[in-house]
Amino acid sequence: MLVSRGTFVGSTGGGRNTSLLSWNRKCSSRTTRSWRTFQATRHHVALLDADMCGPSIPKIMGVEGEQVHQSGSGWSPVYVEENLGIMSIGFLLSSLDDAVIWRGPKKNGLIKQFLRDVDWGEVDYLIVDTPPGTSDEHLSIVQYLSATQVDGAVIITTPQEVSLQDVRKEINFCRKVNLPIIGVVENMSGFVCPKCQHESQIFPPTTGGAMKMCKDLSIPFLGKVPLDPRIGKSCDEGKSFLTEIPGSSATVVYKDIIHRIQEHCATHQSDVEATA
Amino acid sequence: MALLHRSWRRWPPVVACHITHTPAWITAALRARVVGLLDADVYGPSIPRMMNLRGNPELTNSNLMRPLVNFGIVCMSMGFLVEEGAPVVWRGLMVMSAIERLLRQVDWGQLDYLVIDMPPGTGDVQLSISQNIPISGAIIVSTPQDIALLDAQRATEMFRKVNVPVLGIVQNMSVFQCPKCKYESHIFGADGARALAAKLALDVLGDIPLHLKIRETSDKGQPIVISHPDSSEAKAYLRLAAEVIKRLPTPCVSSG
Repeated sequence: MLVSRGTFVGSTGGGRNTSLLSWNRKCSSRTTRSWRTFQATRHHVALLDADMCGPSIPKIMGVEGEQVHQSGSGWSPVYVEENLGIMSIGFLLSSLDDAVIWRGPKKNGLIKQFLRDVDWGEVDYLIVDTPPGTSDEHLSIVQYLSATQVDGAVIITTPQEVSLQDVRKEINFCRKVNLPIIGVVENMSGFVCPKCQHESQIFPPTTGGAMKMCKDLSIPFLGKVPLDPRIGKSCDEGKSFLTEIPGSSATVVYKDIIHRIQEHCATHQSDVEATA
Repeated sequence: MALLHRSWRRWPPVVACHITHTPAWITAALRARVVGLLDADVYGPSIPRMMNLRGNPELTNSNLMRPLVNFGIVCMSMGFLVEEGAPVVWRGLMVMSAIERLLRQVDWGQLDYLVIDMPPGTGDVQLSISQNIPISGAIIVSTPQDIALLDAQRATEMFRKVNVPVLGIVQNMSVFQCPKCKYESHIFGADGARALAAKLALDVLGDIPLHLKIRETSDKGQPIVISHPDSSEAKAYLRLAAEVIKRLPTPCVSSG
């Protein structure tokens, strides 16, 4: 997740924006529920779905089938709540089931349009949800947002070493392009049997998990999200997990993660203003 | 246009597995034959770890890369060509070129099957492979969750658009059994992949449980069909492999 609170060049709505880039581990994570947490804090949040080939934000947010409207000030995002606007290629398809079989230049073109032509309005946070990897989408987002003060990236992983080895690459990518790293979230970290309450590490941290990796690389560890089947169910049904299951241990973790992200943003913004 | 590898009289049956991290098991399950495994996930190559292979490929006298071999499986991956942890920060064109190199500048020898481990998505990598390699069949792997099934449906549509036969769907992480009380939890939903298969008129090739042993052995580079061949998980993979083989053309007799 990249969070930036600087001026966002290109937004026809003007004003301050924050940009947020999330490396969404597609095989593991539906932690976009955390975006709902941002919104629940009554900040104005813009969520950009940069996964052109696998757009899932419309479904997760319960706005599948909505259309994007165009006005004199640009494309209007789809509003889930008054303070949470979303843009996704999923809204431009005739069906969310349709495959988007595009090569890089076409994907880059639409990402640029989403950043430039959408009337996001005055927002406190702009979150960009990306697919896993270090390819066209990631390069383009970083390039297009280079004029803003991007606060940082949040990287999401499972505890398994096969995931962590990809995350190390993504961390190195962030460092190469001078993208601050807000931290790493360990997803699917432990499963509690609903019958006997025994906790199992289904995705075992054979090399110490994300916490050890963060310690080794001197990167903040943001939290461990447990594997709660109700998270996936909420995503599938387009409901807010935080609203539906407020008492879950996962809800507590999500809120804590968002709080840490907000703290990072506030600190980063102060540093930027101090050096300006 | 079917392109022939210079060392083959004809292409072996090529199986594309659409989603990464899976084909270590399928190649292990096909051990009775000579199997090649191409890791097409350039950005996040996992085959080196899952197949417990390290090192840079040597070059033959004809300047082809010699693939690395373990468990009798002939493997090639971007992971053998870059340092672990080094990101591959490439746009689509370079990725296409890399895939070509990993496929055609490798001394595969005579193979009965070539399995291609593809990352999720319907972008450059998937298009390049689908358009440039005569794929005998594609396998779509998905958890039962609706969100994952959306991607599975898109992948199926992509393969059908480029005239690649889709052999069927594999339901992955279908159920988890508590090691203590044996209660079964459908963590990612129940039977979603079966429902999608019915909707798309596809066969369900197999049902793989979510099991700690599978995850552990993946990380340790010990495919479960080899490390725990009598386990129910290994047998699930072997049944899956049998379903895949019977849907593929018979390979030519290999010279090995």
